[in-house]
Amino acid sequence: MTNTSHTPDNGIIELLRRQLPAECVLSSVEELRPYECDGLSAYRNLPLVVVIPETLDQVRTVLQLCSANRVAVVARGAGTGLSGGALPISDGVLLSMARFKRIIDIDTENRTARVQPGVTNLSISAAAAPHGLYYAPDPSSQIACSIGGNVAENAGGVHCLKYGLTVHNILRLEILTMDGQRLTIGSQALDSPGYDLLALLTGSEGLLGIITEITVKLLPLPQAAQVVLAAFDSVEAAGTAVTATIASGIIPAGLELLDNPAIKAVEKFTHTGYPEQAAAILLCEVDGSQDDVDTQIKRINQVFRDAGATELQVSHNETERQRFWAGRKAAFPAMGRLSPDYYCMDGTIPRKHLARVLNGIASLSAEYALPICNVFHAGDGNLHPLILYDANTAGELERTEELGGKILELCVAVGGTITGEHGVGLEKINQMCVQFNSEELTQFHAVKHAFDPQSLLNPGKAIPTLHRCAEFGAMHVHGGKLPHPELERF
Amino acid sequence: MEQLIASYRETLASATQSDTALRIHGSNSKAFYGRPVNATALDVSGYTGILDYSPPELVVSARAGTRLADLDAALAAENQLLPFEPPRFGPDATLGGTIACGLSGPRRPYAGAARDYVLGITCLNGKGELLRFGGQVMKNVAGYDLSRTLTGSHGTLAVLLDITLRILPRPETELTLCRPADEAGAIRLFNRWAGQPLPLSAGCYHNGRLLVRLSGFEQGVRAAAATVGGDEVTDGQSYWESLREHRLDFFSGEQPLWRLSVPPATPPLQLEGQPLLDWGGAQRWLTSDLPASTIRAAATAAGGHATCFRAAGRDDVFQPLSADMLALQQRLKASFDPAGILNPGRMYPGL
Repeated sequence: MTNTSHTPDNGIIELLRRQLPAECVLSSVEELRPYECDGLSAYRNLPLVVVIPETLDQVRTVLQLCSANRVAVVARGAGTGLSGGALPISDGVLLSMARFKRIIDIDTENRTARVQPGVTNLSISAAAAPHGLYYAPDPSSQIACSIGGNVAENAGGVHCLKYGLTVHNILRLEILTMDGQRLTIGSQALDSPGYDLLALLTGSEGLLGIITEITVKLLPLPQAAQVVLAAFDSVEAAGTAVTATIASGIIPAGLELLDNPAIKAVEKFTHTGYPEQAAAILLCEVDGSQDDVDTQIKRINQVFRDAGATELQVSHNETERQRFWAGRKAAFPAMGRLSPDYYCMDGTIPRKHLARVLNGIASLSAEYALPICNVFHAGDGNLHPLILYDANTAGELERTEELGGKILELCVAVGGTITGEHGVGLEKINQMCVQFNSEELTQFHAVKHAFDPQSLLNPGKAIPTLHRCAEFGAMHVHGGKLPHPELERF
Repeated sequence: MEQLIASYRETLASATQSDTALRIHGSNSKAFYGRPVNATALDVSGYTGILDYSPPELVVSARAGTRLADLDAALAAENQLLPFEPPRFGPDATLGGTIACGLSGPRRPYAGAARDYVLGITCLNGKGELLRFGGQVMKNVAGYDLSRTLTGSHGTLAVLLDITLRILPRPETELTLCRPADEAGAIRLFNRWAGQPLPLSAGCYHNGRLLVRLSGFEQGVRAAAATVGGDEVTDGQSYWESLREHRLDFFSGEQPLWRLSVPPATPPLQLEGQPLLDWGGAQRWLTSDLPASTIRAAATAAGGHATCFRAAGRDDVFQPLSADMLALQQRLKASFDPAGILNPGRMYPGL
């Protein structure tokens, strides 16, 4: 996946240099290197040039130059994305929005914040906190990830079971189209006339426009939050407890599951106090007024006991609550210390198939002889199987990718999706062929064409070409049924 | 039902071939809403039935022709509900019409809109191609979010077939409080409360009276009621239903009914006519004979927009879009419906 060969200049660097300050245009290999990948470091590629504009006019200039010269543009925020969405294109421009990091305005009366795309997710909540408000979506990378990237990926997080994804928590976007046209999408009101382009832009992975400003909704900080930590002697029992919790009329703020390999990995490095013998643990957080929290904690304890919990702990103060979460939050770094490399998947399934899919993942893990830990958002069925591998062992990355693909296909087979919150990017582009048929993909391309007729914004990501699917389908024939049979094979 | 889909596909494909405009409808309960469409009727009210409903999943799938009343009853039997509290505007209102119009009721500012609860849609585009977007799960970022884009598109992009929605448990306790207020005071209170962790689920002001609804677990609702204050209304639920269905006296006049969608803390708009505030100040109804331009200018100045919600025969229903925006939306429409046969002109000329 590594491409170190550098494409010769097509004239765009000189054009950019002529119109932008020197420090905004990077083109030496050493300068380009930090931009060769995003959070999915298995995929690397150097762009032709990196542009880091400081003003909106400069962004427009970049787009107009690229549009006129038919040069592809890949937008990048903080580069924490996990699907290769910001992977550069060899003969294209990498447009970094990192310098747009101003919180423009916090409107406490209407409970909104106007921010630039490079602002980090967490800093919005930090700025809103003195007013008793916060921004709800909280991807685990929230300390580093930028809100522009959150919108492009429709980022989720631990609390989206109750508070929704990015799409539910933004009101307005300012965008520039590929030809430099400025458009306002949405408004400060709760809806806007015409089609809901706000939903369309959210999660569009940089294929439709460049986001230059975002107005987000702010919510009042909950008065109280408490976590229940429950241990189970089978993953099935934990899965039943998840379903029973929701069935009891409670919408937890977060409901997370760690399986035994994950618990052990976490304990080894953090000593959080998770029960190491448990087959699975659940972390269930509820928030609201203290009265509501009391009601819900009582009920959850009962539900978990009925589902066969072998151990129950409730956080009694903020320190304890933080401690319960510390292990979960350290889970990914812990994997990094346990194994030379890990690969994080992101399928989502209807909750009722949790046990079935987890068993399926266990069999695949055995078949491929690659260990898998499961740490995930159980409440909304968003799985994050972590495949542990060693990229230095010949062929192991390829086997890992194949195993990952199988897991995603399993998710689709039970009515789920190949990506819950990380996006398709380049990583899951083949699995898009499994989830969507040719007519649906054609419709996606037609929508893209309405925004970007020259197909210059992040080309090759998110939506596969039909030819790509035909090639992929030729390799993956399911039950004798060839996907996309109408296409030529080559 | 397979046959029904086949017949719709055939109708669409041949209409695209022959450039025949179609007016898609269910029970016609919302025929008043939007610009008039003069075209051959395509009745989709026969495509009915709940497809999949397992309550602990908090997800329901139903065919577009399913009566909203039937869906509500099925959910109520499991102590669940559609959180966006959609208005019906008629006994036979269908799920498809509700989603196509994208309408939400009093719970909207606190719980979210119709589009927020749409998880997946199977539809037919103008060419009669059967397309499925989204799915049955809440977190899903594969492909463009076209199921939400279809919500509120008034049938101008596709014929909706199967719709999957996220649903929520019915709140265990609901309580409505009432107090005297003036308009400016009501707006201040709505927004002060919304900035605090209170279990609000509706807020309305009309004619010197502020009503607010609290929903949740009993203990929490009781405690919040003490914070909010006011007199408890005994038949609160029927009040919110009357508001949702436009059955309050306010809605019975002959004057055009305007809907102004503005940031919730916007001060009183000082427009000549009768105002009623819903959505905690974010949705302002106005009965008024003022010219559209005056009303729209006021809404725009506040950061919102105005819709002429009910008025016979008008064609300037929705707030005009900028030329650039209209052109983009026309291209989007053409990507679904290249021949322009689906409800042409329902929202805007050329859309």
